[in-house]
Amino acid sequence: MNSSDLQLILRSLPFLLKGLRVTLILTFLAGTAGILSGVVLSLTRLSRLRPLAWLAFAYVSLFRSIPLLLVLFWIYLLVPMLTNYTMGAFESALIGLTLFEAAYYSEIIRAGIQAVPVGQTEAALATGMTRMQAMRFVVLPQAVRKMAPVLLSQSILLFMDTSVVFVLGIRDFMGVANIIAARDARVTPMYLLVAAVYFVVSLAGSQIVRSAQGRLSPSISRV
Amino acid sequence: MALIAIENIDKWFGHTHVLKGCSANVENGEVVVVCGPSGSGKSTLIRCINGLETIQKGRITVDGVRVHDRSTNLPRLRSRLGMLFQSFELYPHLTLLENVTLAPRRVLGISRSKADSQGMVLLRRVGLALHAQKYPGQLSGGQQQRGAIARSLAMNPAAMLFDEPTSALDPEMIQEVLDVMSELATEGMTMIVVTHEMGFARAVADRVLFMDDGGIIADRPTDEFFDNPPSERARAFLSKIMNHGKSVAARPRALEGGDSAAISPAS
Amino acid sequence: MGYEFNWSVLRHQPYLHWLLSGAVITLVLTACIWVLGFLAGSVVGVAATSRRGAIRQAARVYVEVLRNIPPVVQLFLWYFVIPELLPAPWQHYVIHDMPHPEFITCVVALGLFLSARIAEHVRAGIEAVPRRTVEAAFATGLTPFQVYRFVRLPIAYRMLIPTLGSEMMIGLKVTALGLTIGVMEMTARAHQIESFTGRGIEAFTAATIFYAVSALVLVAVVTATEHWFRIPR
Repeated sequence: MNSSDLQLILRSLPFLLKGLRVTLILTFLAGTAGILSGVVLSLTRLSRLRPLAWLAFAYVSLFRSIPLLLVLFWIYLLVPMLTNYTMGAFESALIGLTLFEAAYYSEIIRAGIQAVPVGQTEAALATGMTRMQAMRFVVLPQAVRKMAPVLLSQSILLFMDTSVVFVLGIRDFMGVANIIAARDARVTPMYLLVAAVYFVVSLAGSQIVRSAQGRLSPSISRV
Repeated sequence: MALIAIENIDKWFGHTHVLKGCSANVENGEVVVVCGPSGSGKSTLIRCINGLETIQKGRITVDGVRVHDRSTNLPRLRSRLGMLFQSFELYPHLTLLENVTLAPRRVLGISRSKADSQGMVLLRRVGLALHAQKYPGQLSGGQQQRGAIARSLAMNPAAMLFDEPTSALDPEMIQEVLDVMSELATEGMTMIVVTHEMGFARAVADRVLFMDDGGIIADRPTDEFFDNPPSERARAFLSKIMNHGKSVAARPRALEGGDSAAISPAS
Repeated sequence: MGYEFNWSVLRHQPYLHWLLSGAVITLVLTACIWVLGFLAGSVVGVAATSRRGAIRQAARVYVEVLRNIPPVVQLFLWYFVIPELLPAPWQHYVIHDMPHPEFITCVVALGLFLSARIAEHVRAGIEAVPRRTVEAAFATGLTPFQVYRFVRLPIAYRMLIPTLGSEMMIGLKVTALGLTIGVMEMTARAHQIESFTGRGIEAFTAATIFYAVSALVLVAVVTATEHWFRIPR
């Protein structure tokens, strides 16, 4: 890396920042949608209706066996075909990422739900709540609190997973870096920069998770 | 008609026969203690009453409603019964007051302000008004169990089921919980209590059910049960645990073959 | 929907050949990645438990750097950037003379990525061996090396079999990134078939079935391995 490399980076900064913005938006949206879907998925997996539970199990197993890239290609191909709606690459990536990450999030949440002592559900049922109410007011709040650090870690992994969406042509952080690297024939500074930024954000995120792990459940920890 | 009627029930856990032809009736206002060696099925029995456990034969009715019938609205039935657990099971993510008001608000639809004021009345009643904003993790075992009693009372139950409510408590906290339970009994609450606290049984219960190996061996009025244990089994059981029982109304008594001075609390 | 299914396309050449070669490349790639990942990861994982602070730190840096950079970025670094930074003779070899450069780059980049993850698991596994057990081993006069070899590692690795199996799954999935530098693994071939024939659903279904079946086989292998190494109780 020399001074002309640094100049290149500075010149391209606005473009790069736009790309970073796309990456962050994608991460945030897919993360939120993924967690919500994950909750639904984990509840379905724990359902007492066997066919439903099996379906959820099949979904999770399948999406955890195949590469993210394959999921993205599927969505990019299928949705326009099925809905006659020409979808942009960004939307495809968003849906693909959500569906993919939901499988991972749901396993985390399922573990959290199963870690809540069964006595809690019984106590809630004994006061006249339905199973859904018990899940909603007693079990899920405890499960999510308990799993919040792990959910955050998974979200950091999601942030790193988004680095492949450039394959669909999306101008996210990596996509922009690719464009500049190709256009100016300067690969080294671009990819080193990308690596550095991902590294810093991911490391900082992990540190935040670690410190949040200490502070997140004061009410629950002391028994 | 009995408030709670258990008619010849049988239950299996897999291949194990845990309840064998049990029958009992509990009238309105009665306090019934269920005791017996561990594994005798006492907890299972009362857990069947509010449907937390299923039965394979026989039937249980609460106020005329069959518990294990498909068409029964189980949540509604349960809301008319209160249950206390050995592990208290207060919700750790909610304050004591929120624990008490959760069911009234979400099941009965009572407004937050009304539920809160009713909840505070109950907490005062069990002596925990000052702790309303605390979390269960900040309370002692005895306080948690009293809080759990307030939580059950919040639904205005017709009867309350106690599954070894003091078994997980340190000795110095058992009394405060038994005192609250005695008050409930005096006020006319129908109670079925699984417990080893024979002092409590002697002082408060109307009837004692003795269970062993899945069957109800004896079902007698309290005094009759203690003065004249109806079977060798019951006699042996009683003699083993009477030494540990606490009196609700402290009465000096001579223990079987023992020196009362040696067992008094001061030593 | 208006889509005409034509599954027979997959049975014809060259598409069948593409699918099969994609499958083979994926499996070979996974195996190579895993061997490198396991070996390097074990070394670093053990290093992370060293009593020498400097070695532990170095291991920690290795793990943190390689775990916090996305694998595709690492792949690009190895493929585009590192050749530029190599000293002259090596650089010449890598850029001009090395056979299968994309494949080898994939193995190195993804193998080292996996090794960082495995190192972390190995470290945790070694540290999970009860301290008393280790102390007992030292007390019988074993050297540190022997304690690792005969006590800490056998116990740790038995505990880790399921986790290592799951890392192998990750190894399988990460091979798809090879398509970004031209490695014609399974996903790349499926995409290629889609471009050539328009039979996207058929092609991607074939790829999906391949990965799903491979995953199932992997689970069976892991279970069998657990059985093989089980300590009788």
